[in-house]
Amino acid sequence: MAGRFEAIPGGGAAVALDEVEISILRSLAVQLLELIGPGDEPAQGEDPLASLFAEGPSEPPADPALARLFPDAYGDDDDELKEFSAEFRRFTENDLRGRKREDGMAVVRTLDGLGSAGAGGAVLKLTPEDCLHWLGALNDLRLTIGTRLEVTDEDEGGELYRLPDSDPRKPMVMAYLWLGALQETLVETLMP
Amino acid sequence: MSVAPTEIERPESAEETFAVPEPDVPWVTIVHNDPVNLMSYVAYVFQTYFGYPKDKAHRLMLDVHHKGRAIVSSGSREEMERDVQAMHGFGLWATLSQDRA
Repeated sequence: MAGRFEAIPGGGAAVALDEVEISILRSLAVQLLELIGPGDEPAQGEDPLASLFAEGPSEPPADPALARLFPDAYGDDDDELKEFSAEFRRFTENDLRGRKREDGMAVVRTLDGLGSAGAGGAVLKLTPEDCLHWLGALNDLRLTIGTRLEVTDEDEGGELYRLPDSDPRKPMVMAYLWLGALQETLVETLMP
Repeated sequence: MSVAPTEIERPESAEETFAVPEPDVPWVTIVHNDPVNLMSYVAYVFQTYFGYPKDKAHRLMLDVHHKGRAIVSSGSREEMERDVQAMHGFGLWATLSQDRA
């Protein structure tokens, strides 16, 4: 079961993780949360209800990874479409950010729930709901790392996957492939 | 890319058609190819969110992969905004546009 999710009879999925894998996944999830950011949450003492009506940003993020996580809805081919995209973003980006934060936080929470795994590692068992959070977070992590690595379709079986050990990108490529295997097997357990 | 009529999943009801003096030009949700998303995951999203049968979800996923994009739903602008928002929630790269074809 190492490195791959398997369905739990009755619902949910499980994966065996060793100590190092747990620590890498947790660290990646925390970095993802830092990248996504808290958004425009109300300051301390402010009416929390105000956040329900707070408008999101209207400009696409400058960071390419964030721009991929929060894409334009109407494209940007002309000024009218840019304006539509800006309006859509104002009304939806905060919700989207909230959803992505919940996914990332669920990953941290479930990993922390394993307690101290010890050298032998542990079996992470996810509820059906947490499976969906994990699916979203794994996908966002792969989108983020894939953007940073500038993965393209032509890379399939290509240069990126045959890097020498000395290449500084190597660890990130290994993480990217590993996350892909985790997501692939998790999707398999969820396929209707 | 042209619109395949078989992709139109949400025909307006007869009632709505009569209520609208000029026929609305439908909007479409387009999912674009990206090199990162797993093919199995994209098919999973089409099956679970749109409720498409496995074959159709798989065919649309292959269209995205090979043709660069595919129309995955059509309807009113509001409906398509909802679908695009959902696709972004799944991490798919989606846009909506008015189908002037």
